[in-house]
Amino acid sequence: MAAAESYPDDLKYNEDHDWARIEGDEAVLGITWFAADALGELVHYEAPATGAAVTKNASYGEVESVKAVSDLIAPLSGEILEVNQKVVDAPETVNDDPYGDGWLVRIRIADASEVDSLLDLAAYKQVLAEQ
Amino acid sequence: MTHPFLALTDSDREEMLRTIGVSSVDELFRDLPAGVRFDRALDLEPALSEQELSAHLAELAARNFDTTRELSFLGAGIYDHYVPAVVDTVLQRGEFLTAYTPYQPEMSQGVLQSIFEYQTAICELTGMDVSNASGYDGETVTADACYVAKHATGKTKVVITEATNPQVRQVVKTYAPGFGLEVVEVPHHGGTTDPDEVRSAAEGAAAVIFQQPNFFGCLEPAPDLAAAANDAEALSVAHVDPLSLGVLEAPGRYGCAIALGEGQAAGNLMSYGGPHYGFLAARTEFIRRMPGRIVGETVDTEGKRGYVLTLQTREQHIRREKATSNITTNQTLLALGGLVYLTWLGPQGLREVGEVCLGLAELAKQRLQERGFELVFDRPTFKEFAIRVGRNAREVVRDARALGVHPGYALGRDYAGMDDVLLVAVTEKRTPAEIDRLAEVLAEVAA
Amino acid sequence: MKLIYERSQPGRRASSIPRPEGLPKAEVPEELRRAEPPRLPEVPEFELVRHFTELSTRNFGVDTGFYPLGSCTMKYNPRINERLVGLPGFAFLHPLQEEEGAQGALELEWRLQEILTEVTGLDAVSLQPAAGSQGEITGLMLVRAYFAERGELEQRRKVVVPDTAHGTNPASVTMTGFELTPVKTDARGNIDVEDLRGKVDEHTAALMLTNPSTLGLFDENIEEIEKIFHGAGALMYYDGANLNAVCGISRPGDMGFDIVHINLHKTFSQPHGGGGPGGGPIAVRKMLEPFLPVPAVIHKKDGTFGLDYDRPKTIGKVRGFTGPFGVFVRSYAYMRMYGPGLREMSETAVLNANYVLARLKGTYDLLFDRLCMHEFVLSARNLKRDHDATALDVAKRLMDYGFHPPTIYFPLIVPEALMIEPTETETKETLDAFCDAMLAIAREAAEDVSILKEAPHDRPVRRLDEVRAAKNPVVKYAFDDATVPAKT
Repeated sequence: MAAAESYPDDLKYNEDHDWARIEGDEAVLGITWFAADALGELVHYEAPATGAAVTKNASYGEVESVKAVSDLIAPLSGEILEVNQKVVDAPETVNDDPYGDGWLVRIRIADASEVDSLLDLAAYKQVLAEQ
Repeated sequence: MTHPFLALTDSDREEMLRTIGVSSVDELFRDLPAGVRFDRALDLEPALSEQELSAHLAELAARNFDTTRELSFLGAGIYDHYVPAVVDTVLQRGEFLTAYTPYQPEMSQGVLQSIFEYQTAICELTGMDVSNASGYDGETVTADACYVAKHATGKTKVVITEATNPQVRQVVKTYAPGFGLEVVEVPHHGGTTDPDEVRSAAEGAAAVIFQQPNFFGCLEPAPDLAAAANDAEALSVAHVDPLSLGVLEAPGRYGCAIALGEGQAAGNLMSYGGPHYGFLAARTEFIRRMPGRIVGETVDTEGKRGYVLTLQTREQHIRREKATSNITTNQTLLALGGLVYLTWLGPQGLREVGEVCLGLAELAKQRLQERGFELVFDRPTFKEFAIRVGRNAREVVRDARALGVHPGYALGRDYAGMDDVLLVAVTEKRTPAEIDRLAEVLAEVAA
Repeated sequence: MKLIYERSQPGRRASSIPRPEGLPKAEVPEELRRAEPPRLPEVPEFELVRHFTELSTRNFGVDTGFYPLGSCTMKYNPRINERLVGLPGFAFLHPLQEEEGAQGALELEWRLQEILTEVTGLDAVSLQPAAGSQGEITGLMLVRAYFAERGELEQRRKVVVPDTAHGTNPASVTMTGFELTPVKTDARGNIDVEDLRGKVDEHTAALMLTNPSTLGLFDENIEEIEKIFHGAGALMYYDGANLNAVCGISRPGDMGFDIVHINLHKTFSQPHGGGGPGGGPIAVRKMLEPFLPVPAVIHKKDGTFGLDYDRPKTIGKVRGFTGPFGVFVRSYAYMRMYGPGLREMSETAVLNANYVLARLKGTYDLLFDRLCMHEFVLSARNLKRDHDATALDVAKRLMDYGFHPPTIYFPLIVPEALMIEPTETETKETLDAFCDAMLAIAREAAEDVSILKEAPHDRPVRRLDEVRAAKNPVVKYAFDDATVPAKT
């Protein structure tokens, strides 16, 4: 069952509709309801390998629906600590729960100052208004 | 005068122009800048009626020496196998012939299901898990496999045997620079390829491509070549003759990652080189890297089984510049011809065709050796073999044709030091009497 | 409906293979021998015919009815062409036959090349590429070779492609080692020339454009575009997918294009065959001729025709032999039945499209309000906004009216896109019936959108679960509970 539209206020966002939950020197990353809704039901998650480096604003993986494929754009640089196997096995988890069970990767943050350039909820809502 | 393929009458046109709100057909083109307008009539010969057209093309066709006019032992990649009448019966159904790619599956279950059946047949022949809906021909699917291998392994070299069809090698080399790939060839020795040489060449390679039977008609040590590739962590790619797969082992059973080839021998007329179809099949792990269309099974809203194009996110219309290939239009109708043919053949028929080709080729070898012609390679063969004809093979071909027989392919066209070698192909359409005639004519002209 | 494998029974067969008496024994060495036979179907000939006949009734072709798929040019495929391609002199001709033995075939190819140079306004042709996509790759390889010879290849890595382009264009760019530079479309549906100016420089290799575009609109700034690209020393590549709009009216060579691919299965009536075969010959300006694929088909001084392999600068070979000859026969025959009347073919295609556009544009949204060429793009976004009816829903409901739907969701810059290309081979009554259906569907969307949502109602299947097919791909028959045994 796809989730209803929502955007938690305790997350950081970027303009490519990715979110980050900061937890000390680690962050959990995912895609927002808007992105999941635009793609439609996800059928595949091409995940990065643990230990791989990610660079802010570069692609770290892909998600696919039947009709579209989308790069996952890293909001922060770092190292992949964990990949959410649940989404690999059942990609539609992202549509059902984009901010909870549908998380995509956990990273160790490489550069804490990058967090400051992320959008807060109000700024992200501006981005949505312009879509 | 109303053209047979145009239907608007003057009054139709008037009404339509009125609805559009313009006064003439010319006005519809008002957005075209004057500088790019073509202001004269096309300099082409006047239109022919269907009857005149038929006469013109009949005249052109009459100047071609096809296999109904000339006894032919010409092979070298395209073969005169028997195509049964049912192939045309199916291919001429307007619902297949004039349909487009099945993007609207509810309108296209006929094409989709037949592609699914074709994919199944190719997987059965090759021992693989997934087949695409076809590629352009045996040459380009080999280039496709190089692209797959590059992205699957991250390596930038491909190895190909010299005993692989020269046109296949040439097409691979044409695509390679754009793919960012280096192509290395491994020479043949006595008509086949040495697995140890392949093993060393394959170090750091994305793929190793070999042909079975090879271009000389010889049987390669295919399992050992595949093992050599696998040892070097390169993808083993077998380019195979579909009609050999009733008697020769399936590549999927001896460790290959990809099996592909030219489908023409299975169900397509030669037609001066095309259109035909290339088939490409692979192990499951490569499914997301497959080029071309793939049909999958599913159900509809009422739970009824149906078929759709699937994994379309690999393809150009979705993934665009990152697609596994740019291929769109492929060779569906010809692949359907292949499916109908393989259905007509059945597993028994496939084995028998293979056995008859083997037997007739063996008979031809004997008859020619009796006449003093020497076999070039001391290797087991399938339906083709190479003989020395004592002088320039192209001239022998010309002289034999003057006596009504095309004796085979002059290998000197592609291989150094083989100017006196002829590649003779024998299919199930040849008879012992025709083979005797070949031997007789060659004995006469080679002298 | 059963699969052919489900109709199979062990011991049945359709084939009989003559086996002459007394053939010498010839065995494959054991280590190379097939161990288990493939599980091909085992059916008698009449079951085979019934099966494929039934399958054909579950399919819709141009022969069945109106098929307005934008950018595909689903025009009538003349039946005489099927008879001609079956003439033994064509059908049973081996491609490696000596030149003296294939004069009719070589002459046909040469004549086809001549017609294509006249239609495109260019100088030399290769018939080799097997489809439009392969024509694109071949064309881009020519671009590579051209700049490599001039020592400019390292510097010129970029190919400009508009955002309305067919997906094959960017895919071809990557497959030939170039980088994609996208350019926007302006409010008139033309390439945004100001956006373009900033993106074309000494690092640009080429433009890839179809004109008219996938919006069905002729680019009004084509002359300015030509100046920009040639001014920067770059080449211009024409994607011939939409050539049906402009035959004899405007030639790509005269628009400034240096390389053109032609889709024989679109403009020149090679039947689409459910997904091919096609033909994608390329025509080029003189300076690119040396790089064309080998062999070249030539007309010799003594009047005979031949194959020339002596082309030291050739890019090589993209397809076997001289190309898909059977496709050439059909397209050549088609062109000979029109002669200079190809102009009337295009004029009629454009008239038909504008008529349908005029009847529909009040009811569906039109983003670019201009006269169209041979096709046009409507948007169903108004239906989506007001009634939650999408382009997909409209397409599925059209099936109930007996029409094949138009292309949907392409080009990408139009939301809820419906790309409609009637072609010239339709009567006014058919066009009117299609328009009536489209208008009726818009009314249905307002009255009871569930009729659209549940469509199609009368096809062999209802809407299919594509998510399931993608998540758990089943790409061949499982044989698990088959009646076909593993052994024969």
